[in-house]
Amino acid sequence: MTGHPEARAKRASKGRVEYLLRLGDNALVLAQRSAAWVAHAPVMEEDVALANVALDLFGQAKLWLEYAGKLENGGRDADALAFHRDSGDFRNLLLVERPNGNFADTIVRGYFYDAWANLALHALARSSDEHVAAIAAKSAKETAYHLHRSEDWLIRLGDGTELSHDRAQHAVDELWRFTGEMFLGDDVDAEMTSAGIGFDPASLREAWLERIGIAFANAALAQPADDWMQRGGKQGHHSEALSYMLAEMQVLPRTYIGAQW
Amino acid sequence: MVAQAWEWLDTVPDPELPSVTITDLGIVRDIREEADALVVALTPTYSGCPATAVIEEDVTRALHEHGVKNVRIEHRLAPAWTTDWITPRGRERLKEHGIAPPAADIGDGIVILSPSTSLGINEVEGPIQCPHCGSPTTTELSHFGSTPCKALYRCEICREPFDYVKPH
Repeated sequence: MTGHPEARAKRASKGRVEYLLRLGDNALVLAQRSAAWVAHAPVMEEDVALANVALDLFGQAKLWLEYAGKLENGGRDADALAFHRDSGDFRNLLLVERPNGNFADTIVRGYFYDAWANLALHALARSSDEHVAAIAAKSAKETAYHLHRSEDWLIRLGDGTELSHDRAQHAVDELWRFTGEMFLGDDVDAEMTSAGIGFDPASLREAWLERIGIAFANAALAQPADDWMQRGGKQGHHSEALSYMLAEMQVLPRTYIGAQW
Repeated sequence: MVAQAWEWLDTVPDPELPSVTITDLGIVRDIREEADALVVALTPTYSGCPATAVIEEDVTRALHEHGVKNVRIEHRLAPAWTTDWITPRGRERLKEHGIAPPAADIGDGIVILSPSTSLGINEVEGPIQCPHCGSPTTTELSHFGSTPCKALYRCEICREPFDYVKPH
């Protein structure tokens, strides 16, 4: 890095804000998706579980986005970042914005993310940024429960009836192309890794595949071949699915500016 | 003043588990006197726990009622809250109110499931006793219960369902 120390510090902080938005937006978008199941889940226990997972993820999103807003130093709090950005400003992985589909689609999407988040948060819990480490350590404990549940369901669906197996396999085949982005680094990742704040996404791939492989074997599911992988969510290139989701999520605070409970 | 404040907060119930107090749960991490205010450091149980804001209000109100004019709430994230901080009295009170206390200690480590195994969290726990009849023959119905910190169980002996505070 070159240039005036102040300009360097500003760039460094911009990269960190970008990084925190990615972490916060992953949690926020998956939270909103999971919450949409409330009153629609196949059984009461799952309704409660999906609401609980959503609540944890909303809490995590709030912590990440609050910190992003603070470092950005432009007067935006977590609510402003959640409700007053357009889809092109969101930095979440494409995986988490995929529509809910059927119960198997939701479980597989959650499982791919939980298995990744379990590793990612573990890595971030060792961050040189103490606040990042604190949020990650707190979130990791919650995500361990999410992973426990989604892995259990993956196996129950895959190794269940013919119908549940076919739906789970279909979900795996459809969502696989959104998993590559989790392990694809860019300049922001490189900057955060060299600063000791973040991790190299590629370094998580082997452990993730190992875990997925064991679960697939237990679930009698076939792992798809690695073909073309979608990318771009982390840089703000999203599918229209996110726009529809945000329209619903943001309509109230955007229509009634300053609305309070 | 600080010792007195600990005693006052020892009577503030948790909004979602009213049978225990916030000090029973280990949510109050520190109380100290500063020049301008009495500072109370609180930690959330789960990051999305909706009771957090209510607890802050309850703490402030309780101290105001005891004549403390200036109260400042400090949020503390690290170290992350653990069920190990639930006091023995808190565990007893949970049980008395039909909620099974956590069956395992977490220790200092972060709960991370090893990627090379499909080990479930329950496998590291001891048997979970029914808070109604004391039987260890119980079944988990769901990893998640009425609040983020609890799982839903059923006793196979007395057939009663019950909440279980997950080791966390």
